[in-house]
Amino acid sequence: MRLNGAQIIIKLLEQHGIKHVSGIPGGANLPVYDAFVDSNIEHILTRHEQGGGFIAQGMARVSGKVAVCMASSGPGATNLVTAVADAYLDSIPLIAITGQVPSSMIGTDAFQECDTYGLMLPITKHNWLVRSATELLEVIPEAFRIAASGRPGPVSIDVPKDVQLEEIELDALPPCLAQEQMPNANDAELAHFKQLLTEAQRPMLMVGGGVIHSGQAELLRQLAEQQEMPVVASFMGLGVIPAEHLLSLGMLGMHGAQGTNMALEECDLLIAAGVRFDDRATGKVSEFCPQAKIIHIDIDRSELGKIKQPCLGITADVCDTIRRLLLIAPPQQRMPWRERIAHLKQHFGLGSSDGFELFTPQGLIAELGRQCNEETNIITDVGQHQMWTAQLFPFQRPRQWISSGGLGTMGFGLPAAIGAALQQPERMALCISGDGSIMMNIQELDTAAEHDLNVKVVVMNNNHLGMVRQQQKLFYKARFSGINNRRRVDLALIAEGMGVRGIDLSDAPNPQQMLAEALATPGPCLINVPISEQEMVFPMVPAGAANHEMIVE
Amino acid sequence: MTDKNNKAVLELKVNNHPGAMSHICGLFARRAYNLEGILCLPLEDKRYSCIWLLVDEDQQLDQVIRQTEKLVDVLTLKHHVDVNHDVFIELEKAFHL
Repeated sequence: MRLNGAQIIIKLLEQHGIKHVSGIPGGANLPVYDAFVDSNIEHILTRHEQGGGFIAQGMARVSGKVAVCMASSGPGATNLVTAVADAYLDSIPLIAITGQVPSSMIGTDAFQECDTYGLMLPITKHNWLVRSATELLEVIPEAFRIAASGRPGPVSIDVPKDVQLEEIELDALPPCLAQEQMPNANDAELAHFKQLLTEAQRPMLMVGGGVIHSGQAELLRQLAEQQEMPVVASFMGLGVIPAEHLLSLGMLGMHGAQGTNMALEECDLLIAAGVRFDDRATGKVSEFCPQAKIIHIDIDRSELGKIKQPCLGITADVCDTIRRLLLIAPPQQRMPWRERIAHLKQHFGLGSSDGFELFTPQGLIAELGRQCNEETNIITDVGQHQMWTAQLFPFQRPRQWISSGGLGTMGFGLPAAIGAALQQPERMALCISGDGSIMMNIQELDTAAEHDLNVKVVVMNNNHLGMVRQQQKLFYKARFSGINNRRRVDLALIAEGMGVRGIDLSDAPNPQQMLAEALATPGPCLINVPISEQEMVFPMVPAGAANHEMIVE
Repeated sequence: MTDKNNKAVLELKVNNHPGAMSHICGLFARRAYNLEGILCLPLEDKRYSCIWLLVDEDQQLDQVIRQTEKLVDVLTLKHHVDVNHDVFIELEKAFHL
């Protein structure tokens, strides 16, 4: 058959099981969009390329599978950059395909030319500037393999327009490539693991995003139960163990419960599974887990010893390692430690959300928790609302929690929720956002309306950049600066203007009932919930301080 | 002459295409790791190049090696600890001609 480069791209995406591609066409990727016409891939036109990047991320984050976004050259590509960098820090498998000016014009400062290869280089696992249509036959399958293998991550492919148009003769498309072989723990490492675990009096398990990527989170819960060992989750590890589980201590670190960080101070063994010791988790590293030996298991060898030197470092697939450990480690009873943990949870936990009214962060998250179930995907933006959700929402399963952790990108929530709803239409995508974040990609409400997706956006609206206000209040003597535009935007009206139902709970005679009714009605909806700008996220560890120096209120 | 103390040479076999060098130099720059010298030549089989990097032998080196090994275009990496960096010494002579 005779195909041009653009047709090869689309056919290979089809072959790799891609059902949706999000993005925006432009001069330099017109041939690819021409090839879409003959494809059964559904193209999701977004209103900004960054929205396209985050829609693809939403698809990838709920499914664990590689997702694809597209943009044209120049501004199209630069608009994708934030979403790609975000995927890089959270290890999300994403392929960004960008158009580029024709090869003959590269380097001439042509219209809408920019060095996409150079821009994407430090924020991807690997990236390509494709020089010929034949090269695409190698690059596209490689891109899928690299994005999904080992520690997942984004890749980007920059394709000059002439390469998209170049026709070649081929007998068949190249096959999909198998993922790279995962490294496994060896017997000596497992024996050492077992020995350290058996000797420990006060072990703790710290689970991160790597456990979710590894795919068998229930094994970690089994290990915790068998060893009577409490579990803390990094931000990315929320959902590995159900929030209500007796052994769950929730999230650690900057906004973790006081008792959770106290337990980490006291533990004598920390099993760090699929985590990277982010500074928001550890606080001042030299004072993190001061009494503990550390066992660090990660698929990425460069994470071992990067921040914290482990006593035992294992480069391996984390769930496979735990599965094998479960076969050899004898169950343990650790009554004094369990009692201590129960005490810390009771007296130094986050406290009950009961009795808070709906227009408070605690009351709203608790109400959303009651009105949602395990099937709901919870997506957030970035800021106070995100931390309240991380602290208080009763997550029950891996991949239920979708949020921008490493890069902390405001504007992530709505498009990621759209991606979640496209990938899993049977599940409601509930985006919890703030008035600051929602404005950063609010144009994608139009995309949600176009596809009539079951996306609900709940905006905790304090008319301020709340997390910035909180830090100025706590650390800058309440000298407030740049946190409020002094006008109140009618977000519900904006939604209505884009064909999305918009409601404001402050107008409702029975706000609880109105919220329930809005969530139960299929289709997109924006729900504005006013809260006070005085509310703050506590506890809080000041940046750079040790976790025991947390401000409690 | 370069102070030979606390220096190591990394010898890399990499795919020979435009961009491989950027990936490597970019990694060192963004990880804030000093790169003292770089030499890059294509191997006889033009598909590959050999890159010699003169670097500081310090406690961060192991981390940088691990990051370098993750690069898709880096096929092999040899860490020469106790060598006299012939390659770079010869180069220095050339510089001082």
